[in-house]
Amino acid sequence: MSENLFNRVWDLHTVTTLPTGQDQLFIGLHLIHEVTSPQAFQMIEERGLEVLYPQRTIATVDHIVPTDNQERPFADPLAEHMMQALEQNTKRHGIEFFDLTTEHQGIVHVVGPELGATQPGMTIACGDSHTSTHGAFGAIAFGIGTSQIRDVLATQCLAMARPRVRRIQVNGTLAPGVSAKDIILRIIADLGVKGGIGYAYEYGGGAIDALSMEGRMTVCNMSIEGGARVGYVNPDDTTFEYLRGRRYAPRGEAFDRAVGWWRSLASGPDAEYDDVYELDASSLEPMVTWGINPGQAISVSERMPRVESLPPDAREVAASAYRHMGFDDGSPIAGTKISVAFIGSCTNARISDLREAARIAEGKSVSPGVRAFVVPGSKQVALQAQQEGLPDVFERAGFQWRAAGCSMCLAMNADKLEGREICASSSNRNFIGRQGSPTGRTLLMSPAMVAAAAIAGEVTDVRRLAATTVS
Amino acid sequence: MSTRSPAVNRIVGTGIAVRGNDIDTDRIIPARYMKVVTFDGLGEYAFRDVRYDESGVMTVHPFNEPAYRDAAILIVNKNFGCGSSREHAPQALMRWGIRAIVGESFAEIFAGNCNALGIPAVSADEEAVESLMRGVELDPSARIEVDLVARQVRCGEASYPLDFAETYRQSLLTGNWDSTAVLLANREAIEATASLLPYVRGFSA
Ligand code: SF4
Repeated sequence: MSENLFNRVWDLHTVTTLPTGQDQLFIGLHLIHEVTSPQAFQMIEERGLEVLYPQRTIATVDHIVPTDNQERPFADPLAEHMMQALEQNTKRHGIEFFDLTTEHQGIVHVVGPELGATQPGMTIACGDSHTSTHGAFGAIAFGIGTSQIRDVLATQCLAMARPRVRRIQVNGTLAPGVSAKDIILRIIADLGVKGGIGYAYEYGGGAIDALSMEGRMTVCNMSIEGGARVGYVNPDDTTFEYLRGRRYAPRGEAFDRAVGWWRSLASGPDAEYDDVYELDASSLEPMVTWGINPGQAISVSERMPRVESLPPDAREVAASAYRHMGFDDGSPIAGTKISVAFIGSCTNARISDLREAARIAEGKSVSPGVRAFVVPGSKQVALQAQQEGLPDVFERAGFQWRAAGCSMCLAMNADKLEGREICASSSNRNFIGRQGSPTGRTLLMSPAMVAAAAIAGEVTDVRRLAATTVS
Repeated sequence: MSTRSPAVNRIVGTGIAVRGNDIDTDRIIPARYMKVVTFDGLGEYAFRDVRYDESGVMTVHPFNEPAYRDAAILIVNKNFGCGSSREHAPQALMRWGIRAIVGESFAEIFAGNCNALGIPAVSADEEAVESLMRGVELDPSARIEVDLVARQVRCGEASYPLDFAETYRQSLLTGNWDSTAVLLANREAIEATASLLPYVRGFSA
């Protein structure tokens, strides 16, 4: 038996064990953005502290940026204020800031990997719960709160208790039209939104090995929705090829040495885990959420569960979900009318996501009465999409093509649901109020499924729509 | 700079119950109130969207009840604080007046964020939580004591065992919950650890 990657990387980064029993963990990469960092900078300045490793810190701006008119000052004075705070803080502390004037602004979890800053074997922290995304590279990546951002700024360390490790073995092959998003929605539906508390999730098996880096990021991204603060995939050739030539990736012989080290960290076939969960990917269908947490998800061909058929401690949340959503239990999810379609977020706004959605939208029209948006995850994604002519495909179909940012994933900018609108969304959270309207409703699904819903005006099986395209 | 934060041993105060499993951070503080560069003033937005209906009319919610205005101990059910890493959530509760949270279970990042503020987020079993909730609902002036030393929560005559991560308990009891100074004290060891990491060394031969 041998160590898994998680424990190896944890051990390599352990500075010492603290009197509380927590480990002091060195953080290899700190990513910051405008929403959760200003108070942390204020805290270190009040204490007369400096940023200990500014060269291991990268900033971008994503949550509050407008996706239509990005001229400064922003129309929203509060957003402008936050932007200026980050500009000042990064300047004062010598931190590289990929702002709107650079070609690398975007959602922090899209930008880190595409810069090659995210690498196997690192510990990564960011004041955002979807930091688990970076685990796709075989890094240990945590979402942290603002007091912990203060700690990382001042000490490049966190005080953490070591979690247990659960191997999630995804065997088999995905059917056409079924994607990484469907894998992770199934896992969360099976293990529950609190099933991962106290665990790091290691995803592996044939279906994970076959995913692109972008698909692996989608899976790791939503680990936190299943309660696991960390999710990761062991690094392999797919990982190394993705990183080769990227801005912060090592070059030349250093790259080869890096690959040697990265390979040596990966969990071997005899690695030990605290728990193992297996799933057969070939049985998966496109998934859709019907409720108010990401675990309330079913296959598109299924009916919403009857409240009384659920385990006792899931009934109350299911009942409040039905109250909020206005759905009847036992009804099919397919055919649910939508008013808004959102393709975006750190879960599903990378180039492969946009390509898949464009393939569905090509030559079709958004259903009358549906507001449909595409918000690329970063400027690089937008540039690549432009080279491939994707904005045209979307716009001809009636989607709005926007600039990079978090947008309607959490609606801190002007992109919001109105009233009780129902949104088919490629994002990661369907919490009440998440998309900007306290009474708004969110159905999570893959980007291709969102495109299909936009065109049909209702939740529909993307495989059916794709089939009609072919014939 | 002082190296210790104040020790947290026992929190005594009146309670307030917010019922429901999986109460997420978007519900505790909606994102639109996070367009701020300080945490000051967040208290009034705690649970904002469930305290007011669409037309801005106050709903029936314990955080709206004058009887609970001075409550210091929040009682909740399962998986409280799931979702985002926003420290704005425990900050909003703290600034509203909450100094300890007793629940059946907590999301991990949320529990860590609470601890970093010196707010214990401690677990008790379902029955204990139910009777604490009923206790404060029947009598908002009932005193609750969260005793980290004895690992007990008490309400009137009743006393229930608490489940609380020993690392968090120690950090509160010893006044080390504000970890910056503790971590920085090991500065040489930080540098030593970093210098051994191949990526910090640029994968030099
Ligand atoms: S896209 Fe959504 S989940 Fe991702 S970082 Fe932005 S707000 Fe958070």
